Amino acid sequence: MVITDKLDKFFDAKMQEYPTRRSFLVPMLLYTQDELGCLTDEAIAHIARKTELTELEVRNVISYYSLLRTKPLGKYHVQVCTNISCMLRGGEEIFEHCKKSLGIGHKGKTPDGLFSLEEVECIGACSWAPAVQVNYDFHENLTTKGMDEVLARYKRLP
Amino acid sequence: MADLVSHSDEIRVVSQRFGKGAQDIDRYLELDGYKAVRKALEMKPDDIINEVKASNLRGRGGAGFPTGMKWSFVPKESAKPKYILVNGDESEPGTCKDRLILEHDPHSVIEGVMIAGLAVGAKVGYIYIRGEYRYLVDIMRKAIDEVYAKGFAGKNIFGSGQEFDVRWHTGAGAYEVGEESALMESLEGKRGIPRIRPPFPAVVGLWGGPTVINNVETLASVPHILLMGGQKFADLGTPKNGGTRLFCLSGHINKPGVYELPLGYPLKKMIYNVGGGIPNGRKLKAVVPGGSSTFVLTADEADQMNMDFDSFGKRGEFLGSGGVVMLDDQTCMVKFALRVMQFYQHESCGWCIPCREGTDWLKKTLTRFHAGAGLKKDIDNIKYLAQNMLGRTFCPLGDAAAIPTMSIVDKWRNEFEAHLEGKPCPFDVNARVTVLPVIA
Repeated sequence: MVITDKLDKFFDAKMQEYPTRRSFLVPMLLYTQDELGCLTDEAIAHIARKTELTELEVRNVISYYSLLRTKPLGKYHVQVCTNISCMLRGGEEIFEHCKKSLGIGHKGKTPDGLFSLEEVECIGACSWAPAVQVNYDFHENLTTKGMDEVLARYKRLP
Repeated sequence: MADLVSHSDEIRVVSQRFGKGAQDIDRYLELDGYKAVRKALEMKPDDIINEVKASNLRGRGGAGFPTGMKWSFVPKESAKPKYILVNGDESEPGTCKDRLILEHDPHSVIEGVMIAGLAVGAKVGYIYIRGEYRYLVDIMRKAIDEVYAKGFAGKNIFGSGQEFDVRWHTGAGAYEVGEESALMESLEGKRGIPRIRPPFPAVVGLWGGPTVINNVETLASVPHILLMGGQKFADLGTPKNGGTRLFCLSGHINKPGVYELPLGYPLKKMIYNVGGGIPNGRKLKAVVPGGSSTFVLTADEADQMNMDFDSFGKRGEFLGSGGVVMLDDQTCMVKFALRVMQFYQHESCGWCIPCREGTDWLKKTLTRFHAGAGLKKDIDNIKYLAQNMLGRTFCPLGDAAAIPTMSIVDKWRNEFEAHLEGKPCPFDVNARVTVLPVIA
């Protein structure tokens, strides 16, 4: 099995809630990616079978959504928002600071695979800007010092 | 998580349960939860719609379309099933209000969906939450499970013999999907490209069935309207602009945060009284009144504006999504226009050529311009490109990219001229706030 049985059963149950088989495709891809780190060829083939689509049709959907990827990222994916509200409160400095302290650029990955970095568009934390999302966790009202603490906390995690 | 703020001018309707633990269904029931839907079950569908019409509730996603009228467009008889679809794909830059509703009061959204379903005769409602908001998806999943456990949803809601199912769904990162027809495509498991209208979703929507698509905040307002009465809700706002809405103050402002204020609230008071003014002793230069897709206002214009749909509408502008972004006098407007365009270029789905090519060329031109390599003719060219995108695309993303660009070129032409002939950006040193203001 490409994905865990538990996840597969969860997909089967959710697919019943829609009139067509492919409707749950986008969340299915996202939850599969969360489990595997990225959408592997095997995972795409599995989802294509489940939804009765061709692999090409599934890839066609994957390429549209910015969170979906076919190559693995770092264990902690640091997403720095530099859209207007964050930009006005130092989002770009946070991004530059991350580039320097991680030694990688936009969409880069550290050699140990621990961190990857991305400059992203509005993540809905405008009133608490500047904000960063690490995987799905929000870190808000950041300064460069606060950003260091955030990165250090992830480094310490087992 | 996101901090809550308060101000004495706030009228708390939608936000009344924020910070009170209403994620939990028992707590929500203590706070008058699911009373409105029980009331709706005893009402005729037309009476529910009339109550919402009386409230003058207008779409909180940004377009400001009257909600009651939208519901009334759904045909009474339909061969295909009808659907309710909640737009929780909040991604308009500057907007972060739906996040708070979904975090603090998810049951109000579920209750709003049920009432909408009863009003138009739909049996299923889908709540679509953007992929980045995973913790909110988890909160909503728990809330929906609680609703089923109590027997409030399913085959026999509240023992009434009526049927209604609530479902959750999530996106995976796409601004475009916040547009209603792209949202339907995404829910159907496809790329989020817009559909041509007509037919409108109220007639042909999800899987070909009539579909009501409402913003999270719009539907979260509905239970309150039924409980307090449409007229009373309407009276909170200005004529034809009923009730209150959540305004998200951000950017160069002393007290950023999400405040619930009545529609028609003066923008000047919002900035200086509620928001505590501009930090670092600087002056206001510009205001984005409702997300980056709206016409940018100068400080003088901002002094005159009231925050309701019609005050903006009569100027040919838009109130937008409630994301109010303040820019101080050290902000470079060329840089700002560039960052806004970079966003639209990134998010353009590529379906319509004027938007796909227009945003790309505008980003290129503005990048060149901000770097000091712009030509005088570029200034008019930027405006010309933007004008030619306007109204020429399937969905409003093309317009959304053109509108701020046109208004910035019109109002701050002098700043574009200051970048000519290889001159460095005059604001570069001070363009950013180096010392971040403390949030009170």
